[in-house]
Amino acid sequence: MNKESAAALKGKKKQILESWMSNQLQDAALRDDLISVSELQQQSEEFLTSLLKAFGTSQAEDTESAGYEPIHDILNEISITRARQGFSPRETSSYILSLKEVLSQVLEERFREEPAILYKEIISMNKIMDSLSLLTLETYIKGREEVILRQTNEMSEISTPVIRVWEGILALPIIGTLDSARTQVVMEALLEEIVATGSRIAILDISGVPTVDSLVAQHLIKTVSAARLMGAECIISGIRAEIAQTIVHLGIDLTNIYTKATLASALKMSFSMLNIIVSKGSQNNQAISKQNLGF
Amino acid sequence: MIVLSKEKLPIQKEQDVVLFRNRIKELATKIGMSLVNQTKLITAASELVRNMLRYGGGGITHLEIISKSSIPGVRLVFIDEGPGIKDVTLAMKDGYSTGKSLGLGLPGAKRLVNEFDIKSEPGKGTTVTIIRWKNGL
Repeated sequence: MNKESAAALKGKKKQILESWMSNQLQDAALRDDLISVSELQQQSEEFLTSLLKAFGTSQAEDTESAGYEPIHDILNEISITRARQGFSPRETSSYILSLKEVLSQVLEERFREEPAILYKEIISMNKIMDSLSLLTLETYIKGREEVILRQTNEMSEISTPVIRVWEGILALPIIGTLDSARTQVVMEALLEEIVATGSRIAILDISGVPTVDSLVAQHLIKTVSAARLMGAECIISGIRAEIAQTIVHLGIDLTNIYTKATLASALKMSFSMLNIIVSKGSQNNQAISKQNLGF
Repeated sequence: MIVLSKEKLPIQKEQDVVLFRNRIKELATKIGMSLVNQTKLITAASELVRNMLRYGGGGITHLEIISKSSIPGVRLVFIDEGPGIKDVTLAMKDGYSTGKSLGLGLPGAKRLVNEFDIKSEPGKGTTVTIIRWKNGL
């Protein structure tokens, strides 16, 4: 990009800003529900000022050069905010692309008499704007990935509830893959609850764990040992037939740990460990209890 | 042996493991593998892919549906360019681990599949190939 076109663009800054704004406002993709017009105006003016300044430098075509640093900052901010606000990729990149149109018009007016120069300048301007528009897209995706990562973290926290099923008995249904980070969350929640309730038995139900490999088994064994150190016994329940076979083939030793196929049998086992007797009431008993309850 | 379908899946982070396991499940279901055999295959794959991430710094996996004398099966290849294994015989022993794990990954995976092959060169990387046939015990 030569000095003349940079100067021409700079001279028409006000006009460029006006047509760019009207372009943006006319665009059907503009989400005026997500961003206010005055906010957009301010954002665009700031961006245009830095861009025209960068056009004037000697390395105008190298978007990695120092002159473009403030532009990168502004674009990064715009894309990340837009990604979080729920703009689509098209809406985000149309910000830069609508400016490109206006800039070509100005260049066309300036070099109408010299098509060779006009052609060269348009190409050069296009190159810069394309590279910037790719940048917005890249940052936009990064912003979205951050959102996904945050959701993953939130999910691992909400999906580990510790349930008090009986006086002194806790149950912990584990759902999904048990990786190191997850185990940490599970173990902490369980140990805290053991202290808070003074429970003697904890049932870890792995019905919702799709794959039990040696790492998952190791995590389970660690959790059981930690609970034992605090004086609580653990029962692992929800071991499906195919998982039982796989564990045997893998050679994982779970003989020191109480295991049960279903949560119901684990609960039954805990009752007998705590000497709790649960029995079906006879007809007679029922009548009495109904009376007591005031039926 | 005929290769019926072939695809590649890069493994770079822990989240890729979930996608990888789901893909194997799809392939195994497609050829009509029983639930027990599916679970065995997925568990073996899970062990190997974890090794790849932990010791090999990630790598690439090949997932193939193959057929030998009209019996279908799933072949998985795990290729990493990590430090490699110095003593493969030792690494295949139960309870041996250079990390802090149970040391059951490699030998366990071998017991869970029908065919198992490991090639490793120190400094160059490790390639593990496993096959589980549809009806293999």
